[in-house]
Amino acid sequence: MHQSRSPDTQRAAKLAPGFRTLIGSDAVLLESEDQRPFECDGLPVYRQLPLLTLLPADEQEVRDIMRYCHEQGIAVVPRGAATGLSGGALPHPDAVLLSLTRLNRIIAIDPVAGSARVQPGVRNLAISEAAAAYGLYYAPDPSSQIACTIGGNVAENSGGVHCLKYGLTVHNLLKLTLVTPEGERLELGSDAPDTPGYDLMALLTGSEGMFGVVVEITVKLLPLPPCTRVALADFTDIKRAGDAVGAIIAAGIIPAGLEMMDQLAIAAVEDFVHAGYPRDAAAILLCELDGSQAEVDAQMKQVCRVLKQQGARQVRLARDEAERLLFWKGRKTAFPALGRIAADYYCMDGTIPRSHLAAVLTRIAELSAEYGLPVANVFHAGDGNLHPLILYDANQPGELERTEELGGRILELCIEVGGSITGEHGVGMEKLKQMCAQFTDAELAQFRQLRDAFDPDQRMNPGKAVPDLKRCAEYRALAPLAGAQGKP
Amino acid sequence: MNSRDLSAVLAEQVQAAAASGSRLSLQGGNSKSFMRTNAAADTLLSLQEHRGVVRYQPVELVITARAGTPLTELNEVLASRGQMLPFEPPHFGPTATLGGTVATAQSGPGRAYYGAARDFLLGCRFINGRGETLRVGGEVMKNVAGFDLARLMCGAYGSLGVLLELSFKVLPRPECNRTLLLEHTEADALALCQQLRRRAAPATASFYHQGCLYLRLSGTEAAVSAAASTLGGQMLAADGDIWRLVREQQLACFNAAQSLWRLSLPVTCAPYPEPTLWEWNGSQRWLFAPSDSSGPERWAREHGGSATLFRNRSERDLPRFPALEPKLADLHQRIKRALDPFGVLPPCPYLPAEPVVHAD
Repeated sequence: MHQSRSPDTQRAAKLAPGFRTLIGSDAVLLESEDQRPFECDGLPVYRQLPLLTLLPADEQEVRDIMRYCHEQGIAVVPRGAATGLSGGALPHPDAVLLSLTRLNRIIAIDPVAGSARVQPGVRNLAISEAAAAYGLYYAPDPSSQIACTIGGNVAENSGGVHCLKYGLTVHNLLKLTLVTPEGERLELGSDAPDTPGYDLMALLTGSEGMFGVVVEITVKLLPLPPCTRVALADFTDIKRAGDAVGAIIAAGIIPAGLEMMDQLAIAAVEDFVHAGYPRDAAAILLCELDGSQAEVDAQMKQVCRVLKQQGARQVRLARDEAERLLFWKGRKTAFPALGRIAADYYCMDGTIPRSHLAAVLTRIAELSAEYGLPVANVFHAGDGNLHPLILYDANQPGELERTEELGGRILELCIEVGGSITGEHGVGMEKLKQMCAQFTDAELAQFRQLRDAFDPDQRMNPGKAVPDLKRCAEYRALAPLAGAQGKP
Repeated sequence: MNSRDLSAVLAEQVQAAAASGSRLSLQGGNSKSFMRTNAAADTLLSLQEHRGVVRYQPVELVITARAGTPLTELNEVLASRGQMLPFEPPHFGPTATLGGTVATAQSGPGRAYYGAARDFLLGCRFINGRGETLRVGGEVMKNVAGFDLARLMCGAYGSLGVLLELSFKVLPRPECNRTLLLEHTEADALALCQQLRRRAAPATASFYHQGCLYLRLSGTEAAVSAAASTLGGQMLAADGDIWRLVREQQLACFNAAQSLWRLSLPVTCAPYPEPTLWEWNGSQRWLFAPSDSSGPERWAREHGGSATLFRNRSERDLPRFPALEPKLADLHQRIKRALDPFGVLPPCPYLPAEPVVHAD
């Protein structure tokens, strides 16, 4: 557990009446027992109580809060459902925590345009559920989609299992309404394909709450594909599974989803949900195709042929929708399944060029042995996004520290082969050190200058996403091999 | 194919400009000179010789090339491996470069189906106004480390950095492309495109002009044939050329116009009161010589979009882009200063030109 610092309760008590006037007494949490549920996000190794927790009910209240914070010089940490895995929504002892979950209204769905206007606290899956009545859905589907909010998705540029074909959050947005750190309202983007001006939509997406608070989002909706089929292939050699991924793409096919799991993950999933994965396989691949019936039939034949050629022991097509969902249930419950076989698990999120997969997995296995900590691998194989899960026990002294060190080395390995330290979880608190390995001081300084263009007082989500120079100097002194020279 | 790395020389030139306080203008192949603003500059920085594909592994679906790489060369390299830039950027001349394409955010026929230039840009290496060479984004599909400065460069017209290297996601070329010609009124053509979108039909490009709707169907042979048989109309024999002619604005109507306006509109927008040529299911419309030069902008704004004066062949010096609202203009100013504190790079094209101060 990382150290936390007690917020200044006297300051909090002094500030609370001002916020109560703005948003009502019930919406301002001051007592630590009331604030305890807000002390962490999906990365609970970091815990911290905020100065105050604020629960605004609408856009106007968010603007009032932001204006007041600007006048009073109060820092702000925005928060959605706090399912994030990088500590991006971790409270700060000198900042108010701005929870946006009450802004949970789907304002409008336009089935003809194929778009939905929503508030940031709307859950990702709730959009698709509401759009289903019109035969539409929202494509990005992070594993946490039952709980995670669209506002959080924008802040992290969240992905999911269908990114290779349908893109990340940044590819599926039309408009954003931003409340600036001064409390001003800005509308970015439009319902048209492009808008004159810098592409601020792209800049805002994945900015981890550093530029302001997004209070309204218009997302693109896609027609539900007329036909969806999934194949499950199993391999006795993980390298062959990796090669099969490349071979499918080399055949000119872009699957809607292409996922890989290694043996440790397969076993955990089978014990948990009985998805029908072969327990003795070294790796399985799930390959999903969608589109018109004719397109899917033709390409699925090709995929099965390629998988066999690449040495798949068995290729099974889901017979019906129920079996298709069961195959996916195994993948989507991999994290909790692994959570059952270890006291704790730590989920990493690196990306690599796919051709380095075998080498990276071999190296991860070596590191796992070196640290004496088991690592299971769940992989968005289509887009090169690796999720190694380190299994550990936080109650064993020093084990969390060893886990974090191992995780850091896996991320540095990703940089070495030309990848990135985070594909979809964000930097948050967690990967500040590795930011110093992926970027040079000049690049980090440029990020800070850009942040200052939006937030000159540096009051938005302080201490996250971009490390300060001092921290980088310490990190580089400790890890002489890590550094921007690892870049190709 | 030439390959040359001038990164170091270019960075020195920007550093020298930053030290002396001189202003640079940037030029790739000069194919889009009609988009150039009349901003005063002391030195022309040519990027045309900084060229060549740096890395390309087809199985990764990623290509990295220097900014001066000709678009034709890049397309050839990709085509030789059965791949493509899905946003199909227009060239507007044989010398068009990859850097110019990104700087001006050009997308062609495939945009409505596959996405825009910014959607496929994964990362870049660029020189900021301090003369520092920075790398942002990456060469993998998913990467959320650091702010997305790469996409910010798309459509910045060089005002935020000198582009050096660009990495793109690429896609396999579809097995089969067929173009259908259907005769429709404009309203019916718009309605048909909407229907096709909602049916997830494999219509990867559309354009409409004077009663004729052209639709490109792409995918497997089987899927394209199935879609074509339900749509009817006439199938064109040589289908590639019509899309090149539209993309490059080589149809006669484009050349006749004194001023060519581009309207970017919601896909549900009604027909414009005057004849237009439209693409992207009606969301990109070309307007030739409107009767009133303030008309297109007002109409587009009222309909939730915007109008750009794409080509101005008249004598009058008119702004290319509509004015930004003041708060947004202020933010543009601050972003520009964050990347180019000394004003070395070209001015932000979305802000009113600063008055030219003569040295004497």
